[in-house]
Amino acid sequence: MRSTLVDHLVILPILLPLAVGAAMLLFDERRRVLKATLSITTLLALLAIAVTLAVFANAVPETDISSIIVYPLGSWPPPFGIVLVSDRLSAMMLVLTAVLGCSAMTYALARWHKAGPRFHTLFLLLIAGLNGAFLTGDLFNLFVFFEVLLAASYGLVLHGSGTARVKAGLHYIPINLVASSLFLVGVSLIYGVTGTLNMADLARLIPALGDQSRTLVEAGAAVLGVAFLVKAGMWPLSFWLPTTYAAACAPVAAMFAIMTKVGVYVILRLALLCFGEDAGASADFGITWLYYGGMATLAFGGIGVLASQSMSRLAGYSVLASSGTLLAAIGTSNSAVISGALFYLASSTFALSAFFLLIELIERGRDAGADVLAVTMEVFGDAEDDAEEEEEEIGIAIPATTAILGGAFVACTVLLAGLPPLSGFIAKFAMLSALINEAGAIPFAHWAFVVLLVGTGLASLIAMTRTGIRSLWVPAEGTLPPVRAVELIPVGALLFLCVAMTAVGGPAMRYMEATAQVLHWPSEYASDVLGTSTTRSMRPATTP
Amino acid sequence: MEMVLAIGIGIFAGSGVWLLLRPRTYQVIVGLALLSYAVNLFIFSMGRLRVDSPPILKPGSVGDAALIADPIPQALVLTAIVIGFAMTALFLVVLLAARGRTGTDHVDGRES
Repeated sequence: MRSTLVDHLVILPILLPLAVGAAMLLFDERRRVLKATLSITTLLALLAIAVTLAVFANAVPETDISSIIVYPLGSWPPPFGIVLVSDRLSAMMLVLTAVLGCSAMTYALARWHKAGPRFHTLFLLLIAGLNGAFLTGDLFNLFVFFEVLLAASYGLVLHGSGTARVKAGLHYIPINLVASSLFLVGVSLIYGVTGTLNMADLARLIPALGDQSRTLVEAGAAVLGVAFLVKAGMWPLSFWLPTTYAAACAPVAAMFAIMTKVGVYVILRLALLCFGEDAGASADFGITWLYYGGMATLAFGGIGVLASQSMSRLAGYSVLASSGTLLAAIGTSNSAVISGALFYLASSTFALSAFFLLIELIERGRDAGADVLAVTMEVFGDAEDDAEEEEEEIGIAIPATTAILGGAFVACTVLLAGLPPLSGFIAKFAMLSALINEAGAIPFAHWAFVVLLVGTGLASLIAMTRTGIRSLWVPAEGTLPPVRAVELIPVGALLFLCVAMTAVGGPAMRYMEATAQVLHWPSEYASDVLGTSTTRSMRPATTP
Repeated sequence: MEMVLAIGIGIFAGSGVWLLLRPRTYQVIVGLALLSYAVNLFIFSMGRLRVDSPPILKPGSVGDAALIADPIPQALVLTAIVIGFAMTALFLVVLLAARGRTGTDHVDGRES
């Protein structure tokens, strides 16, 4: 069995950034070295913890199918107290968050963390909220962590100030406040009918509900689903997303690449846990909506990518295409497709995060208002920023900057379009082959998904190539962007992780397959969390 | 009592949504406040409406579920009020910043 020490690791991804973030408020803003050291140390520690949890989640003891770590806070037994649950999916999301956090923070240390007050505290609070949302096994606790991460994100969107950011915040904040209201309505409706907020307990109760209660629970779940879909950016709830992501400063946008994935994560977890195959009359509730909504998002993202004039908006629409793919894949409720989608989730999060960081580096060298990028340039063309930039140019200038930036841009293009040889291809291939190799005749709806998936890949290839030619191949001003090594390292590291995911594609894919398989066995999750008698012997322990 | 509460929540939510869709920032924030009142009342009502039944057990006695109110929605609503209040305050600051930066109180930052 596990040592209890590992069990206590589960609380650290929430506690550590919260405590360090709060403690940093005590120091003066000018003590930047201290703050930077504290942030980076915390984030590296979080990465180590997340990897440890993932290793433990993946280590399958002989008797266990899933090695879920359940951590009852204050030792209150699960249906009554609040639990934290770390399984393969949570651990994977924790690793993604920590990696993105490390790279975005490293990037920010070059200049962005000086652009406004309390950047480090807000950043660590965002990480704490994200980790909490991934770990919690309780619906209301999920709401609290959502609010923590949203509150931090409101501050971060405005980081660096400027009219464009304030305008974007003016749309971003109310839409999320309304989504939070919907979240509360959904949660309280579900509580009012079932009398529980624990996700595992809910999964146990839903199959046995009466007709009247079932309608109410499904209504509650639908309201809750809308709140998550706003976060995930499903069309038509996604119009705020490209503007906000384009306005946010580079390290913040890079961190936001995982924010839409929080919505996707919660939907994946709740849809399969509460409305999976075992849910009786509620089985597959809402799954068709996810499927067609996801495809609509995918199409919208593809069209948006082709239509965008600036690189930041291009990246924003790529985020939409990515979450559309994930939602539609969840909508198939086919475990092989979902395992491909999980691989895609990891790969596209890294690629988008790297792309957001790269955009700022490429656009930095351009003259404000020189071309169609004028709108975006307004963000970076502030008098305030210019002064700071000149001050910062003393850093190590990289020769052949354009070559490095161009190489990174090509890697991003290959990843986002899903071309071989990088991990984006493996992910899309896994999804496509699972869709096509289903037993029996392939339904028309699946063909539509296949066509959309390939079509969006082509659309992003065209759009990225066009943008690449315009901004890298044809140098508009002939001036090299002033780039420091510390800003290239995180981009390189994220892209390297995608290469690594390709190189160890086998083990990575097996992890995703095991994750997707366990997600389809909600009763095991429920019995693990609630500590009741297991029904494991009923399930064959075969691999998918 | 249920009917009065239901109508009250309906009026709050309806006015909130209407104000939320208005073009002026001040109307939006008042709309958000009304919407959060509606949601808070809704959460409260999910514990069922009871008069004269505190959510407290008498010392040394076994409680009767029919006589005590459900304490969980009350705890939830308290949390929701605190969070909602903080978010409204934060949004107010953004509104003021937008008013100062753009010189207009239109939600898009420009009159259209």
